[in-house]
Amino acid sequence: MADLRELQQLLLDIDDQLATCMRCGMCQAVCPIYAETGREPLVARGKIALLEHLGHDMLRDVDGVKDRLETCLLCGACAANCPSGVKVLDIFIKARAAINTFKGLSPIQKLIFRGMLVHPDRFNALASLGSKFQDLFVKPASEMLGSSCSRIPLEALGGRHFPALAKRPLHADVPRLDTPAGTSGIRVAFFPGCLVDKLFPRVGHAVIKVLKHHGVGIFLPDHQACCGIPALSSGDLRSFNDLLDKNLGCFGRGEFDYLVTPCATCTATIKKFWPVFADSADAGRQAAVAAIAAKTLDINVFLTDILKVRPEGLSSHGRRKVTIHDPCHLKRSFGIAAQPRMVARLNPEVALVEMKDADVCCGCGGSFTLLHYDIAAKLGQHKRDHIVATGADTVATGCPACMLQITDMLSRSGDRVAVRHPVELYAEALE
Amino acid sequence: MLKPVLIEQFKAIAGASNVMDSEADRHCYAYDAAVLQPVVPALVVRPETTEVLGRVVKFCGDNGLPLTVRGSGTNLSGGTIPDPRDGIVVLTNALNRIIEINEDDMYAVVEPGVVTARFAAEVESRGLFYPPDPASLSVSTLGGNVAENAGGLRGLKYGVTKNYVMGVNFFDTTGEKIISGGRTVKCVTGLNLSALMVGSEGTLGVFSEIILKLVPPPAANQAMMVLFDDTAKASQAVADIIANRIVPCTLEFLDNFTIRTVEDYAKAGLPVDAQALLLIEVDGHPAQVADEAAQVETICKKSGATGVQLARSIEERDKVWAARRAALSALARLRPTTVLEDATVPRSQFPAMIRAVETIAAKYDLLIGSFGHAGDGNLHPTILTDRRDEKEYARVEAAVDEIFEVALGLGGTLSGEHGIGLAKSKWMEKETSRGTILYSRRLKKALDPKNILNPGKILGRE
Repeated sequence: MADLRELQQLLLDIDDQLATCMRCGMCQAVCPIYAETGREPLVARGKIALLEHLGHDMLRDVDGVKDRLETCLLCGACAANCPSGVKVLDIFIKARAAINTFKGLSPIQKLIFRGMLVHPDRFNALASLGSKFQDLFVKPASEMLGSSCSRIPLEALGGRHFPALAKRPLHADVPRLDTPAGTSGIRVAFFPGCLVDKLFPRVGHAVIKVLKHHGVGIFLPDHQACCGIPALSSGDLRSFNDLLDKNLGCFGRGEFDYLVTPCATCTATIKKFWPVFADSADAGRQAAVAAIAAKTLDINVFLTDILKVRPEGLSSHGRRKVTIHDPCHLKRSFGIAAQPRMVARLNPEVALVEMKDADVCCGCGGSFTLLHYDIAAKLGQHKRDHIVATGADTVATGCPACMLQITDMLSRSGDRVAVRHPVELYAEALE
Repeated sequence: MLKPVLIEQFKAIAGASNVMDSEADRHCYAYDAAVLQPVVPALVVRPETTEVLGRVVKFCGDNGLPLTVRGSGTNLSGGTIPDPRDGIVVLTNALNRIIEINEDDMYAVVEPGVVTARFAAEVESRGLFYPPDPASLSVSTLGGNVAENAGGLRGLKYGVTKNYVMGVNFFDTTGEKIISGGRTVKCVTGLNLSALMVGSEGTLGVFSEIILKLVPPPAANQAMMVLFDDTAKASQAVADIIANRIVPCTLEFLDNFTIRTVEDYAKAGLPVDAQALLLIEVDGHPAQVADEAAQVETICKKSGATGVQLARSIEERDKVWAARRAALSALARLRPTTVLEDATVPRSQFPAMIRAVETIAAKYDLLIGSFGHAGDGNLHPTILTDRRDEKEYARVEAAVDEIFEVALGLGGTLSGEHGIGLAKSKWMEKETSRGTILYSRRLKKALDPKNILNPGKILGRE
């Protein structure tokens, strides 16, 4: 599509949602990017104005709008703080899809989404190949954090310190599981998510250990696909729906009470975005998506709210100081904050200490960090400073994407602070 | 279109990264929170020091470029919508330093771009109190508060922004820095120019520093929620509280439509059959608070209140105010467009104003929720509509006209706290007089001969 009128028509389709923004500007109080830049085009009110002006032919600079629209973490702080309940994330994803339909995906996006992501086996094989050869290109940066940095300066990597691809991804050790409900009487489907599978398999092993400990049956089908958020946030609805089909194939046939995932972003994507962005032509498919979305739970919530596991004693006891970072996709998307803290405290050695701005975005924002590393790094630096100021020896967070970003920031500063998922802390106590 | 050479000169003055001239960026400074047509500026400039601010103002003055100062763009009257003839938007949000908080002399000096809530929190951490609390305080700037003379929930007892301005330094259109007021409680040096700046909506000068008065915080407070089965009884209670020489710090009113909408939205356990709610808070010395709270309770019951709920804990107090804070959010969700008015009448006329708004809502077949500051007669009739529906929106405009007619007829004013801006300038003469407009225009012309300081605001176009 290259006809601007068609793009305008697509934007007018979401005009009812755009019109709910009353321009009060309250999003300026909570937007991490606005706090860093002070620029209205980068806050929700400005972006919504741009989309309205583009849709109503007051403005024709599609590239300018696209650029500003993509300078967004999709953290959802604005939506959570919006007096008139504007569905900001739905709007932004729909608008990104509309603009990408008009502009087409970039070659690199096509390669990643359509060439790799929608083919889980190819994705696995590439990652496995990468893990074997990565030592040629990267060197360890922090033994404690398990991070690496590039041996040769590569512009695309910036100065990043990233966790190396796992030598053995989760699916290599545990290709599939299908165990009946145990003493709990509950059986769950387990969706580890790409980052846990390929970068943090130890989190996946912790989940399995904890579930087994509580007598929970596990259904872990093989050939799971990505939840689709990278494609969705880039406006590639086709790849998103391809991934959704693959996952429906994996989980649609299984019998389970809940679907649990240790990834906050996967939880938010499955619960909030799958029902909204699934192609709605097929009613049966729509119902299957809605059923899975309704059953999906963050692992922390599953442990505390369903299994009713509760920590004992005071949160300040214990000799291991742990501070908690609230992922946007738990706190902003669902208001979940107490549960990860409780799960961390299931380890009796853990003493919680709160950091400043625990629920402010770490700056990762998925692919945001790839496109806007300067802003991402500034936000990450604030997060790092708040973590270090607590004197904690461990920071725990329920999202592997946040773990990735926080690992980068701590490693670059040479801090000796471990990064863990709350469920890992609990699993350690079960040894 | 601005000449490229002018854009280059702005960049030379403020730094290239502080000048936004692309189409997409400019479109994001075309509006504020008023329901008005956007006007896209020719350029947006963001000075990082007051020295640069002065040079920007002088450059606009020298070149006859109309400039509109913008803090966070939250005003509800179009005060920050730029001029259609190559308007320049001057952002103050990089001028956000709290220069001084003087605890001994109880004043603070700030740059205009400091966010109100951040300032209030900093003041509170020093054991002092800055009372003005406009609803937008989490984002609004102090410069904007002064330029609009912003009010808030505490107006009845503590006054509004103007009661806290001790001095304003500002640039005139030649870039000259004007000093007015000072750091002393008493100061009669020269014309009271800082008073002239308060509420001037950016039409007379560009603020560089503001000196604000601070007060000791109240030691105690008591909030309560009072229910009525009749709006008139609620109004009577308000009148009786004041007649008994009690001045609550906050005295808020919610009508039945607003109560039901808030309850639908927030499920806070509000009594949906109540015709009116008063949310009252008294503050001060603990003994005085206990005494006044008891008196207020007695007075309300005498006036026919069907229930009085005193907040027994911080959580219960938060619950009382959560209901008030949710009012606008809850109403705003009903329809796409929210027209928030602030016609204000003498306190004694508050019941008449509420009745008139109900009549107007029925007459024009519109959804109008009313809530507001009963203690100071400042009602917020909130019209829920869709600005894209031309027929309905014409009825909204007629209803707004009539709300103003009624308010003026009751001895009231067009705007208690939102300002005149573009939205209400056409009614100015009705409230004041032809002579007042002409006098104000002569004043404006003398101080701003090229008419570059936020043209068209307050006084309309000649």
